[in-house]
Amino acid sequence: MLKRVRQGLAALSITMVTLLFLDFTGTAAAWFGWMAKIQFLPALLAVNAGVIISLVVLTLLFGRLYCSVICPLGIMQDGLAALGRRARRNRYGFSPEKKILRYTMLAVMAAAVILGVHVAVALLAPYSAYGRIVQSFLSPLWDEGNNLLAEWSARRDSYAFYSTDVRMRGLTPLITAAVTLTALAILSWRNGRTYCNTICPVGTVLGFLSKFSLFRPVIDVTKCNGCGLCARNCKSACINPKKHTVDYSRCVACFDCIGKCRRGAITYSRRRPKPIAEKPESGPDSSRRSFLTIAAAFTATAALKAEEKTVDGGLAAIENKKAPARKTKIVPPGAAGIANLESHCTACQLCVSACPNGVLRPSSDLSTLMQPESGYELGYCRPECTRCSEVCPTGAIRPITRADKSSTQIGHAVWIKANCIPLTDGVSCGNCARHCPTGAITMIASDPADGNSPQVPAVNTERCIGCGACENLCPSRPFSAIYVEGHQQHRLV
Amino acid sequence: MKDNNISRREFLKRLGIGASAAGLAMAGCDSTAKKSESDTSGSAAGNGEMTYRTNPKTGEKVSLLGYGCMRWPTVTGESARDGADDIDQEMVNKLVDTAIAHGVNYFDTSPAYCKGRSEHVTGIALSRHPRQSYYLATKLSNFAPSTWNREASLEIYRNSLKELQTDYIDYMLLHGVGMGDGMKEFEQRYVDNGILDFLLKEREAGRIRNLGFSYHGDVRVFDHLLSEHDKYKWDFVQIQLNYVDWKHAKEVNPRNTDAEYLYTELEKRGIPAIIMEPLLGGRLSNVPDHIVGRLKQQEPERSVASWAFRYAGSHPGVLTVLSGMTYMEHLEDNLSSFCPLKQLTDEEMAFLYDTADLMMKFPTIPCNDCKYCMPCPYGIDIPSILLHYNKCVNHGNVPEDTQAENYAEARRAFLVGYDRSVPRLRQASHCIGCNQCSPHCPQSIDIPGELHRIDGYVETLKTTPA
Repeated sequence: MLKRVRQGLAALSITMVTLLFLDFTGTAAAWFGWMAKIQFLPALLAVNAGVIISLVVLTLLFGRLYCSVICPLGIMQDGLAALGRRARRNRYGFSPEKKILRYTMLAVMAAAVILGVHVAVALLAPYSAYGRIVQSFLSPLWDEGNNLLAEWSARRDSYAFYSTDVRMRGLTPLITAAVTLTALAILSWRNGRTYCNTICPVGTVLGFLSKFSLFRPVIDVTKCNGCGLCARNCKSACINPKKHTVDYSRCVACFDCIGKCRRGAITYSRRRPKPIAEKPESGPDSSRRSFLTIAAAFTATAALKAEEKTVDGGLAAIENKKAPARKTKIVPPGAAGIANLESHCTACQLCVSACPNGVLRPSSDLSTLMQPESGYELGYCRPECTRCSEVCPTGAIRPITRADKSSTQIGHAVWIKANCIPLTDGVSCGNCARHCPTGAITMIASDPADGNSPQVPAVNTERCIGCGACENLCPSRPFSAIYVEGHQQHRLV
Repeated sequence: MKDNNISRREFLKRLGIGASAAGLAMAGCDSTAKKSESDTSGSAAGNGEMTYRTNPKTGEKVSLLGYGCMRWPTVTGESARDGADDIDQEMVNKLVDTAIAHGVNYFDTSPAYCKGRSEHVTGIALSRHPRQSYYLATKLSNFAPSTWNREASLEIYRNSLKELQTDYIDYMLLHGVGMGDGMKEFEQRYVDNGILDFLLKEREAGRIRNLGFSYHGDVRVFDHLLSEHDKYKWDFVQIQLNYVDWKHAKEVNPRNTDAEYLYTELEKRGIPAIIMEPLLGGRLSNVPDHIVGRLKQQEPERSVASWAFRYAGSHPGVLTVLSGMTYMEHLEDNLSSFCPLKQLTDEEMAFLYDTADLMMKFPTIPCNDCKYCMPCPYGIDIPSILLHYNKCVNHGNVPEDTQAENYAEARRAFLVGYDRSVPRLRQASHCIGCNQCSPHCPQSIDIPGELHRIDGYVETLKTTPA
């Protein structure tokens, strides 16, 4: 029973988190945005005391339920492990706690957060690892499936679906995700929750707390015959059948053992239990079913194939924009500045997935690997959009209103005379000035002595907010004649 | 040639809409309640009573529908305003007979109409009826500077009497004051040569029963003439009034003045208004599909044009509403609007003003996808953008503001459809306004202007979620 409830909740929770990464329309974010915010490490980085206290209390009461029903990476491992169960049953076994490794990894994580070694934080954070996997492998399938529906609805003159760009957001997250997924698949298939009980810093912290949990699986020694079936089915390898003990620091409260015990010797009960007889649970193995539910979410879109839209022949070719070499990178409004973003971000890619304008992409810079940064080659930071700030669970990009956003200076525009169309092509333009949301650009005669000379932009950097409308809409290609330089610290203008 | 086409097309359209609407509407007011099907011959008109208004000076009853004689049909079935063919006198007689039979008693012509032939044919048709059964309106149309002198102007006046086969004019107008140079031209045409004084004397003598003027253009002339009302005692003034011109005259033509102002000024002084251009040159009968739908939704059995006529007629200070009816179907449709007039309610008035706002804010762009403008050197897909916009206008997916009842769906249809019709890189936001396209456009569309306008609209939609 408990196991079924756990599986149901887990399926629900991983579906919600996954949708959060997949849904580019922002609908899922509106409904399930809180799922990202109750993740432990993001909440810790966001100094979200309410969430942290709740999770601590939850763990002190019920053990590491978090690892079973909230953490998407944990649920994913259970799903992968279920695949292995088909091949070999009863394949786990007790192993002693690798205390040194666990606490070392926790120390590494703490040091990384404190010292600002962002790569380490990004790599170790479990929720972020899951985010990268979804973003790298499921997102393209989801988008392709959506585009197929969009095309279908376009043919029926319906506006229910609209197409989106399917593109790889970054190579680093892709590789990282591939490595993470492979490693986790092998580990979980062979040994269950190895990652969670050796490497995951969240697992270690919660494990420490769950040692003192009020409710826990307890072995009734009077009933136990020491058959070891529970241990062989414990994915956390935390049951020592010989000593009839459970290592609660590693138990993730999955309740698998309770059902496995043929003698009903294991109960999920108060710390000092009265021996209560309980009928052994029987019934169909629902873990496979639950896995299939989860797997459905993963693979629903895999069968759908995309159709490439081609461009009409009668149109002039448009060269793709290239990113200029910026002295300072641009980070989105809400980040408050580069330092805040770097110190809070766990590189989960949620903002990158959520950005509807193709602005955010993972950094390939080693020190800020996979953390988001802005670029305006595909689109610009539109005034009505505050999606990244809404989804960010860590406080790296803090919630910002539209009004605040449009008066927050994240950078300033720089004019590159050599690329400017009125000077190079001899045509009038002014597209940057026309689209500047703050009116920071004025068109002025390029030759002060000649009022009729070609008009070129003059940027009032005090009014410029660095949204990139000018850079994105500049007709000069591949390099724009006006581009945005980021600012270290954002400020209101 | 272009005008011919439009008028023929308009004719066919009106024929369709008019015939079916007239059929339905007339069956409705027909006391014998025949099935609409039997009314396709076009000979029967409304059986209700024509609505009349009283001329405050003479006390005479003037039919609210006045016959404008500037568009008599030619033998080839066009409007004589456009065609050079002979006017179809037989058809003119038939139209006049039908009109009089249904109570129309005001006929408005001018020496200038139908390339100068209108007074002649109108005179022939009307002279077949007793002179007291109708009121004749004509004008002193001395437009050409060569006719600004006293003799030439008098000759025009005398010729009108001759052509109309009468010795008095019921309603005499100074034709088109405010046109050309405004005040200066007015003084040259009517004051310096003493013609206005002459006409005032003719009125005293009874050969002109009512004296007024028709106004176009410079509002200073209008204001000036009204300020001299005590001196001239205008018996009526002819103004352009329709539900678009009420508040949007400047957008239709920068020289024009809102009908609201004109009408109110007349009402203040108790001067009856005669209405011209109730259909805004046909633009209020040939409207975008979504406007057709909007109007039909309210009154399915009435024609689109009927709204404009009822609008003009619903103003109490209006003596008569002129309609230049070329075809029997026009006449029948109009008769059903005025026999009798079903006064517009305040809600219906408000509804028409909303419709006017919509029409003025979102007129379709006359692009017919010839692609002469393409390729745009900067990769913009010009015709696709314009056609998407037009499609949205005609489907009612160009919401005015967030208050529009379908705002959320319309916004989505516009934006999603835009991305579907035009790849983002080829959308209007990338138009730099180099204007290399416009010279190629056979419709003389200000392409960069339109693209920037659409882009501005898209920006508004994007930044204003429902």
